[in-house]
Amino acid sequence: MAEATSELLKTADGRPLKAALAAAQTRARRRAFLLVLPLLFFVLLTFLVPIGYMLKRSVEHDGFAASAPALVAWFGANPGFDPADPPEEAYAALVQDLARMQGEKTTGIAGTRINYSVPGTISMFKKGAREAKDLVPPFKDALLAVDPAWAKPALWRGMASASNAYTSEFYKVAADMKLSDDGWTRGGDKERIYLYLFFKTFLVSGIITVICLLLAFPVSHLLATLPMAKSSLLMILVLLPFWTSLLVRTTSWIALLQEQGIVNDMLVGLGLIDDQGRLTMMYNMTGTIVAMTHVLLPFMILPLYSVMRVIPPSYARAARSLGATSWTTFRRVYLPQTLPGIAAGSLLVFILAVGYYITPALVGGADGQLISNLISFHMSKSNWSLAAAIAGMLLAAILVLYWLYDRLVGIDRLKLG
Amino acid sequence: MKKTLILTTALVSLGFAANADVTVMSWGGAYGEAQTEAFVKPFMAQTGITTIMVDSDNPATPVKAMVESGNVTVDVANIEYADAIRLCDEGILEPIDASTLPAGSDGTPAAEDFIPGAVTECGVSTDVWSNVFAYDASKFPEGPKTVADFFDLEKFPGKRGLKKGAKAVLEFALMGDGVPASEVYAVLSTPEGVERAFAKLDTIKKDVVWWEAGSQAPQLLADGEVAMTTAYNGRIFAAAQNEGKPFQIVWDGQIYENEMFVIPKGTPNMEQALEFIRFSTSTEGLRASAQQISYGPARKSAMKEELIFKDGKTVMAPHLPTSPENMTNALETSAEFWVDHDSELNERFQAWLSQ
Repeated sequence: MAEATSELLKTADGRPLKAALAAAQTRARRRAFLLVLPLLFFVLLTFLVPIGYMLKRSVEHDGFAASAPALVAWFGANPGFDPADPPEEAYAALVQDLARMQGEKTTGIAGTRINYSVPGTISMFKKGAREAKDLVPPFKDALLAVDPAWAKPALWRGMASASNAYTSEFYKVAADMKLSDDGWTRGGDKERIYLYLFFKTFLVSGIITVICLLLAFPVSHLLATLPMAKSSLLMILVLLPFWTSLLVRTTSWIALLQEQGIVNDMLVGLGLIDDQGRLTMMYNMTGTIVAMTHVLLPFMILPLYSVMRVIPPSYARAARSLGATSWTTFRRVYLPQTLPGIAAGSLLVFILAVGYYITPALVGGADGQLISNLISFHMSKSNWSLAAAIAGMLLAAILVLYWLYDRLVGIDRLKLG
Repeated sequence: MKKTLILTTALVSLGFAANADVTVMSWGGAYGEAQTEAFVKPFMAQTGITTIMVDSDNPATPVKAMVESGNVTVDVANIEYADAIRLCDEGILEPIDASTLPAGSDGTPAAEDFIPGAVTECGVSTDVWSNVFAYDASKFPEGPKTVADFFDLEKFPGKRGLKKGAKAVLEFALMGDGVPASEVYAVLSTPEGVERAFAKLDTIKKDVVWWEAGSQAPQLLADGEVAMTTAYNGRIFAAAQNEGKPFQIVWDGQIYENEMFVIPKGTPNMEQALEFIRFSTSTEGLRASAQQISYGPARKSAMKEELIFKDGKTVMAPHLPTSPENMTNALETSAEFWVDHDSELNERFQAWLSQ
């Protein structure tokens, strides 16, 4: 008996069963891996690489460092210089670099880089570079005669900082810091915008997610419980707007809600409000929330529906027959079973809302701007590093939320369909 | 979703573009159509060089991306003046030798024929467009006449449409506050000047509807959402011509700028691209464009003979930003100022909006 258990189980051809099984599983795993390889490659190429490249952009910009070697060397040798009064050698290095930039046509790149933290400097660089070859020592006086702004301490701080290709400047700007004569300080009341917009973007996305959930829950329940013929019809009503162009849906809301729009006309026609008291429902936060909720609603309905469809109605019936009230049945039996759908829908809607840009741009008016609108502004104005830094902060914030979500709800409870 | 759509469209059109000798990238819409009619089709007919037009939201952004990634599929791009200067400084564009541009139809050398600023190191102007303000003539029989009237809510009650952005809006506010066009940028370069511009905007802030896309401005006016609005002059003209809207443009305080043809660095079809630009920016080319859309030609010789709209009867002169009678109080956008201050003032503008 003892002998029989100690002897290894073997396959028909005499190999140990354990090894044969392992080999078979490895083969299956390899085949599975080969099947997903194209997808992996695609994701890597179109998703991970661009994101990595973007994040690199947010900390790297060699526009100045590469075109001003003399100054880079001088800053390297004199790390503790006084920005308020740089010595003659520093100005000599600057003039030498300006002349070089003029020759190599890098004035624009170098000036643009400094302009990111010290506004108003591109034209200074251009003018300085044009005249650099005619300047004679002492260079300090000569350059200050061209433009006295060259003595600004903030400018020297900016150049010293930009002489290293790797920088945290863009993140500082995205955190509402300004480079002043005394170094990096918090921006003035009239200049701070990014952190406020981050906060507002998350708040608005949160509000939209909650409204979507409240609207989608009964609809999904209806979809899941109605007889097939009726639920198919209802499903088409949900999907039709989903298939319609985003722009069409956004502009339809403008036609409906604007001051001279259909809803206001109707209210005036019914005598509920007078012509002077038309409601302002468009080009403000209300418009943004209404339009975005409508656009994102299907992303909440579909995961909820797919989860509710497979919840057996017998559970609720059992609860009722055991004496639970309808509220208790809903709260203790039905709702917990829909949680994976709620989680998936909320996560989808929230993350989509955080990155939304075209709808707030069109219907947002003065107070409906979100952070993505500023990312798009900086993209179009060629300040890709700042756009990347803001986007990087947005990405980090979403990852933190995702982590929190995983801790609180558990990512394995997610059910997308 | 919109982004993906644009991207796919761009990719698809670029796929086709690979077969053409010259690929021109412009802004699409009525403007892109006008350029196809005025430049692309006649150029193909005359030279036999296959030329196609692709659209972009703002061609400067893809051009920069293409040159930086070393995959240039566009040979000629139509971009804003400030972008033409900035991208040229950054080495993204090919320099264009101005001496090879053709003389005007009356024999004037190109250097004198083009209006000042219309030819830069890397760009040649295709047209002059303008930020103006317009009102619905059926609402105000005695309409506004000056920029100051735009800010006068008592004399002309009603909401105002303004572009959501610092550029052209701050200048407009200063002119509305009585700053002469020639001094606007000197004032705006000082912190007090910026305060003054925002203070002027404060006086109408609660009555402003902000627009973002160029097509929104005439729409707001047509819907009666605003009593008057700033707009790109071509859009108002198009709405008035094509849809018979009673829109009236006020040229006082117009802020105009050149739109430029440029060549991205590293294009494989440099010679054909140059030839296309020389053809399009000739007197005849610019005239053909101004007959399609109400943006002014950048050559003096193109304005000599009367320009007639494509409908065959509307005289274009009163509708062009470059007509002398429209230039009495006009400001040319300072590309240098905005290259320096765009980010700074826009951040300030966004902060002001959200207060």
